[in-house]
Amino acid sequence: MPEQTAGWHPGLRESYLYDRNVIAEIQRAAREGIYDIRGFGAKRRLPHFDDLLLLGASISRYPLEGYRERCGTDVVLGTRYASKPLELEIPVTIAGMSFGALSAPAKEALGRGASEVGTATTSGDGGMTEEERRHSTTLVYQLLPSRYGMNPDDLRRADAVEVVVGQGAKPGGGGMLLGHKISDRVADMRDLPVGIDQRSACRHPDWTGPDDLEIKIHELREITEWEKPVFVKIGATRTYYDVQLAVKAGADVIVLDGMQGGTAATQDVFIEHAGIPTLPATRLAVDALQELDMHRKVQLIVSGGIRTGADVAKALALGADAVSIGTAALVAMGDNSPELEDEYRDLGSSAGYYDDWQAGRDPAGISTQEDVLAARLDPVLAGRRIANYLRVLTLEAQTLARACGKSHLHNLEPEDLVALTVEAAAMARVPLAGTDWIPGRNGS
Amino acid sequence: MTAVEAAAASGTETVDLGTTPLRELNRRLHALAREDGPRHWRVFNPDGAHAVACGLDADVEVEIEGHVGYYCAGMNKRATVRVHGNAGTGVAENLMSGLVVVDGSASQSAGATGRGGLLVVNGDAAARCGISMKGIDIVVRGSVGHMSAFMAQRGCLVVCGDAGDALGDSIYEAHLYVRGEVAGLGADCVEKELDERHLDELRALLRTAEIDDVDPASFRRYGSARNLYNFHLDHAGEY
Repeated sequence: MPEQTAGWHPGLRESYLYDRNVIAEIQRAAREGIYDIRGFGAKRRLPHFDDLLLLGASISRYPLEGYRERCGTDVVLGTRYASKPLELEIPVTIAGMSFGALSAPAKEALGRGASEVGTATTSGDGGMTEEERRHSTTLVYQLLPSRYGMNPDDLRRADAVEVVVGQGAKPGGGGMLLGHKISDRVADMRDLPVGIDQRSACRHPDWTGPDDLEIKIHELREITEWEKPVFVKIGATRTYYDVQLAVKAGADVIVLDGMQGGTAATQDVFIEHAGIPTLPATRLAVDALQELDMHRKVQLIVSGGIRTGADVAKALALGADAVSIGTAALVAMGDNSPELEDEYRDLGSSAGYYDDWQAGRDPAGISTQEDVLAARLDPVLAGRRIANYLRVLTLEAQTLARACGKSHLHNLEPEDLVALTVEAAAMARVPLAGTDWIPGRNGS
Repeated sequence: MTAVEAAAASGTETVDLGTTPLRELNRRLHALAREDGPRHWRVFNPDGAHAVACGLDADVEVEIEGHVGYYCAGMNKRATVRVHGNAGTGVAENLMSGLVVVDGSASQSAGATGRGGLLVVNGDAAARCGISMKGIDIVVRGSVGHMSAFMAQRGCLVVCGDAGDALGDSIYEAHLYVRGEVAGLGADCVEKELDERHLDELRALLRTAEIDDVDPASFRRYGSARNLYNFHLDHAGEY
């Protein structure tokens, strides 16, 4: 802090345009000649669910007793075409994160935690690991552009298939797993040499556009006997159109990842400057589904910055059927723990700031492929933490829903929301708090 | 007697897609992974249907009498699938093992991401043939379109005719053999020496593909320069 720096005095003024982060990045770029690659998600301030408030019941609405009366949390995903839709006990799932980006114990822990509370976890780029399958009661198997590790046996033993079109942190971009995270096992699963930077393609190799996607989904259904729900995951950009096209292509479930969604390794400029926030994207997706009369028939999972039960409740109130967490799940397992402060310092970072998930040197044993580091993460303990965290998210969401008089989380509705800012009111299309003004509605 | 009736009379299992739903055909073929059943099938009147004989996992031969649409024999394991016609996009995509033969030509992304087995196209293959191939072998008697073997990781692509532009762009360890002209090589793809080891590989593939009228020594070999395997500032302009 400048206040602690020798020579600082009250007349010093930091530039808004060229603050210390900007200056440091310009100097780093000049020194290294390459863009900054990092993990985590967008760090800039963005309109988010924090900018919404729930209206608890009063005289005009009747609340439910917070500790007594039932508030349901279950959700069924994939009711449109699949003969075996997913039946989850809570509407919070674990997002796709690859083995490769994450260690094997971390993937196992995610499966353990999700299974303990009756929800689903998701594979990721690089294929399905045995640990992950064995410890996940409900596992969603991703079909990504790279098709690393893709095989029909895993497809058939998955509980759902997720066609990944894009990711909120980098819509329109492919993936990257830097060479130092390519262990023998990761390389073998991906059919690539050890130690090279592995690029994951940004386009699918065998389909282009919504008409092709429809045929691709048809093939996946044929291979899986029309049993498995087919999810389509999109990064939030032209959300209204993308959702409608995904529905047209035959998706059972839309997974919508806002720009706050995390990543294992992406250019900082991409993370901070592409896509739209989760808040407006959610509204656009629900609009698109409602216009097609497919809201609740094609389920909507929203991800990107879900941290608390309040985020869960607000996303559901806007019309999502479920939410998904990634970054928060890693934090729950121990990422950025203050207990590791000395080691973060050795890496040039600090607890609460660590985002070098691409580097493979994670002292928490999560975003690494080094055996010594990965062995630090106890998958049983980390799984327990995941389960605890998921329970807290659910309890918090229930608390808010009961206060709004709802006997099920899915009974929350936009009418239960107001916005704190004009921007959030316009994006979520709920009234600015204390007014009946929804910017943009009826030309206002 | 119709062709369908004649085939049925010969003891071969026949399915007429003009009267049988695709779902029924694929369901019966998939069941062969778990139970006994006919090992030789003939499918009539495919009429460009998509996803014909996809997801098979059995020692079975399926002959398709006509043109197929997208993803025929997709993700195939063990089975032999012969298309007596042309094939649409993504024939034998993600092939795991077995043999897929297209008598005619194949549309784009033939053999995409395949991890094993052999795909033979006796006509031409369009753009992106062998894209992201991961161990599949592909033999094309004719020519292939642009961006073929894009990000090709493992396996062999043999082209007896010409190759379109940007062949092998961002290639990893796949082996590319082209007998005719190459319109252009993609990033990090270079011509390499064709030594005896590669000639042996080529001979074996041509023999398996039942192509005996071309000289293996008339091919040129292409592969990765391996300059882009790890990002280096000096190579930024090549991406």
